Amino acid sequence: MADKYGLVEKSRIMDNARMKRALSRLASEIVEDNQGAKDLYIVGIRRRGVPIAERLVEKIEALEGERPVFGIIDITLYRDDLSTVGANPIVNRTELDTDIEDKNIILVDDVLYTGRTIRAALDQLMDFGRPRKVQLAVLIDRGKEHRELPIQADFIGRTVPTKKSEIIKVMLKEYDDEEAVWIYEKPSE
Amino acid sequence: MNKPFRRRDLLGIRHLSAEEIVGILNTAENFREINSREIKKVPTLRGKTVINLFFENSTRTRTSFELAAKRLSADAVNISISSSAIAKGETLVDTALNLDAMQPDCIVVRHSSAGVPHQLAKVSKAAIVNAGDGANEHPTQALLDAMTIRERKGNIDGLEVAIVGDILHSRVARSNIHLLTKLGAKVRVAGPKTLVPNDFQYLVEKDLRVCPNIEEAISGADVVMILRIQRERQDSAYFPTLREYAIHYGLTQERLNLAKSDAIVLHPGPMNRGIEISSDVADSSRSLILDQVKYGVAVRMAVLYLATGGAASNG
Repeated sequence: MADKYGLVEKSRIMDNARMKRALSRLASEIVEDNQGAKDLYIVGIRRRGVPIAERLVEKIEALEGERPVFGIIDITLYRDDLSTVGANPIVNRTELDTDIEDKNIILVDDVLYTGRTIRAALDQLMDFGRPRKVQLAVLIDRGKEHRELPIQADFIGRTVPTKKSEIIKVMLKEYDDEEAVWIYEKPSE
Repeated sequence: MNKPFRRRDLLGIRHLSAEEIVGILNTAENFREINSREIKKVPTLRGKTVINLFFENSTRTRTSFELAAKRLSADAVNISISSSAIAKGETLVDTALNLDAMQPDCIVVRHSSAGVPHQLAKVSKAAIVNAGDGANEHPTQALLDAMTIRERKGNIDGLEVAIVGDILHSRVARSNIHLLTKLGAKVRVAGPKTLVPNDFQYLVEKDLRVCPNIEEAISGADVVMILRIQRERQDSAYFPTLREYAIHYGLTQERLNLAKSDAIVLHPGPMNRGIEISSDVADSSRSLILDQVKYGVAVRMAVLYLATGGAASNG
């Protein structure tokens, strides 16, 4: 059955419980790798990276008793496809209220695909200062063969090998009526 | 959900819908943050060219547009009348066609005659942004005024706004009357009889009142917008002397006390201190004149972004 976007639902690859567990593991890996929550700065990429980043902040605080700094990046103004026809992206706000200088930044997004969003986020981050290091955490990695830039994730919820014709949708209660990850297929014309 | 602003040219406020205006204002809000960064630059309009074509002197507006373009990484070129070919006899349309042949993405134009941006929009492939045309419109000024009001008052709907001064020659007044009434404010205007057209009500369908004196216009107002006395246009004696104008129409603290206790004061600049506004009012905490200038850059960034291909924000 095709939905209103003409997409065919294929399968649910994560439900609420699996997503929770994946995020808990990501939080543990992040604090293990950074030896605690000190100097951690969790930055969610709009839109769906933001609630995921917020959850990581909660989980890291629960683990370490120390709350990492939280920020939001909107990459619209740093996109590389602004001049392509039909691209009319809406500008939202970047909120990096705390100085990023000498911080360990964890960029957070829902899905890693071509790597272009991450490139835009990195460029913007560098305009705000010089962090000590930047790492990338994603809930879903669609696989290295889709990458158009030399970008990899440091923390991965789950690697899901996909075809180009497939679409991954991360549903979050902030925006949707369920917490789950779905694979959809664009029907061939 | 708002209908996004998708026009290429910004020629005036008059033909915009309330949704389009709000879309531009919301986009501008999101651009504000860039102006407080340490590195005040984003790569958004890299490779785009913006020409500032100013047939009339302007420091504030031209600088504001230039900074807006540069902070979005566009290349900005300034052309002013003193160095232009118009002085050598070229027609306006020829100037536009010649500039167009250099393939700019946007031309920001100010001219002393109403309708010049509209003429350019007909012949130019570039997006045209009106930076003030005669006594017709100055849309980015009205947008930045609205942004300043929204910042302090939260909402424009239901506000009482007094506009005082030389209404006749003021494109700022016209753009503001259109914008404010479209967003639900009630506007009162006052000024010397020679400077307030009797039939001004034709401008908008409703919510505009012409008051006989400044006191009546200001009484109970939430916002007091003071217009500049355009001394360069005063050759033909619209009022006897500047001193007399100051006595009858200058905004003093005493007169401001007639407005609501939390009323704010706006002025599009440059101010004539002691004439249309007294120094104590201009420097008081009620005066948001420098906020207007600050928000002007964000508004122009939003307008350039939208004119060259972006979409307006609705949240």
